[in-house]
Amino acid sequence: MPVTTLNGHDVHVDDEGFLTEYDEWSEDLGNVLAANIGVEMTERHWEIIRFLRSDFKEQGETATTRRVQTVGGFPTKEQFELFPKKPAKKMAYIAGLPKPHGCV
Amino acid sequence: MTTDVAAAIVPKFDDDTETDRKLAIICSKGNLDMAYPGLILANAALGEGVEVHLFFTFWGFDMILKSRMNHLKFSPVGNTAMHLPVTDSRVAAALAPMPGMTAVATKMMMKQIADLGVPEVPDFLEQISASGGHLWACRMSADMMKVDETDLYEGVEAIINASDFIEMTAGAQLLFI
Repeated sequence: MPVTTLNGHDVHVDDEGFLTEYDEWSEDLGNVLAANIGVEMTERHWEIIRFLRSDFKEQGETATTRRVQTVGGFPTKEQFELFPKKPAKKMAYIAGLPKPHGCV
Repeated sequence: MTTDVAAAIVPKFDDDTETDRKLAIICSKGNLDMAYPGLILANAALGEGVEVHLFFTFWGFDMILKSRMNHLKFSPVGNTAMHLPVTDSRVAAALAPMPGMTAVATKMMMKQIADLGVPEVPDFLEQISASGGHLWACRMSADMMKVDETDLYEGVEAIINASDFIEMTAGAQLLFI
């Protein structure tokens, strides 16, 4: 399992760079992750990230685009606006969670 | 002694590169089971930043007809692959056309799909549109069935003919369902 250094800390990541340990994340680190992929975070961005983290804690897996809309209340269109082109992956990365497995 | 600082491992989201990938999916089937492959792949492609065009033709037109899109059906007639829940057996071919079988099979399929959290066709089309997918209706099918824009789901951008479709999908990867 690779380890990479971000924000001065060593974190465990998979081969692509997604964090693998839930507890190694912090909001500070989230900012670094967002900067790494060129996403400028606003309060709305953070609302989604916080939803993803708490949902992951409850469900044990990362919410898909659809779940973020139906359960989280963030319309798909908005997700694409806040995290252009690959919202599901970008949101998961910034939230320190694995990529969603579900298809929808 | 030098300290090597390894570059941080960051996923490549390729915002600047993969911008020209285009996928066109032709949906030509109107049965419930065959509506999904196109929708699932379109949704997945959109989530990867691919430009997606869905072209509904022939029976696939039912997927975008307001009068039918909520009532797509599935029948095991001619389809020996249907899995029955108990013992994972098949439906005997002779039983498939019996009255009521289509309704039962449709209901089963819809439940299995819903249990996976996958939306019904209209909601799915809405998600695809919201994600930036383009929906197109086939001119010839519209003429055959004698329908126009008013009969179609609002998310459909236009009724276009085969040449328009060929032009718009230049350089695109094509999928026929």
